[in-house]
Amino acid sequence: MAVQLSIVEEIMSANDRLAADVRARLDEAGVFALNVMASPGAGKTSLITRTVEALKDELRIGAVDGDIATTIDADRIAALGVPAVQINTGGACHLDAAMLQSALPKLPLGELDLLIVENVGNLICPATFDLGTHRSVLIASVPEGDDKPYKYPVMYRGVDALVLNKIDVLEAFDFDVDYFHKGVEPLNPGLAFFPLSCKTGEGLDAWLDWVKSEVKGNVSGSSR
Amino acid sequence: MHELSITESILRIALRHAEQAGAKRITQLNLVIGELSGVVGESVQFYWDMIAKDTIAEGSELHFQHVPASLRCLNCEHVFPMDGRSYTCPECNESRVVAAGGDDFRLESIEVEE
Repeated sequence: MAVQLSIVEEIMSANDRLAADVRARLDEAGVFALNVMASPGAGKTSLITRTVEALKDELRIGAVDGDIATTIDADRIAALGVPAVQINTGGACHLDAAMLQSALPKLPLGELDLLIVENVGNLICPATFDLGTHRSVLIASVPEGDDKPYKYPVMYRGVDALVLNKIDVLEAFDFDVDYFHKGVEPLNPGLAFFPLSCKTGEGLDAWLDWVKSEVKGNVSGSSR
Repeated sequence: MHELSITESILRIALRHAEQAGAKRITQLNLVIGELSGVVGESVQFYWDMIAKDTIAEGSELHFQHVPASLRCLNCEHVFPMDGRSYTCPECNESRVVAAGGDDFRLESIEVEE
């Protein structure tokens, strides 16, 4: 006999449960974790190296790097003298909670304040997978064009902060910051927004202040 | 391409519920997919036959209920489709608008043979 079974179950629930485990483990160790997402070439590794250089005397930082292949990014970050672990996804277009979970034992969590997780360069897939980090940031960059929030709304919807990198070339690319920002606001009202240039250093201080205050907020127990 | 791992999740959820109910075969799955969920139904469909092969869900059909992305005007409360070019309210020209639907992604029900 044919019958209909009511289910009403979120499809991402398995990943979300693993993400909750990861978050609990980080909380237990007192580590604040940040998921950094962007399309390839937007400046994820550049922003991370800038952040590590500026904050490594104040905060104990570690990094996890997700890429389809190579250890180029983890090597760049490890060269700054902080522990860095590379995850090669072997073709997968995003990190998921299980991948981050398997990377955690390779890091000295008890000796870290901040764990920066660099996701695979991709403006679509990573948005769907909670990793168990405390905050997520999207880096957009000027050469990508000011219409990206309209074309990739899902990515802009779920993040806690937005960086616009490469503002030193705004004019060359005819980039309208106002139009860009108007595309973000309905998807994610009041989103923290940091226009900056990793190359010149302009705007970096506001970003660094945000990172520091988020790490401090986590230590005082206001994480989610 | 993240739909591959997502399709595996759909199968796991469906099989668990079917087994709990003592079903012999799954014939249909009813899914709700919002336009802002980041999941492409056609792509899930593409993987489904491969993934479901040799399980009690082999040969089952996927039915998608699509939920369009919509915006709500913060001035006049008008709800309108997100058309992708500009996010201004067509009724009152207000630019303060907020996303109001389309995040859904769940398995609503399955049809089974007992």
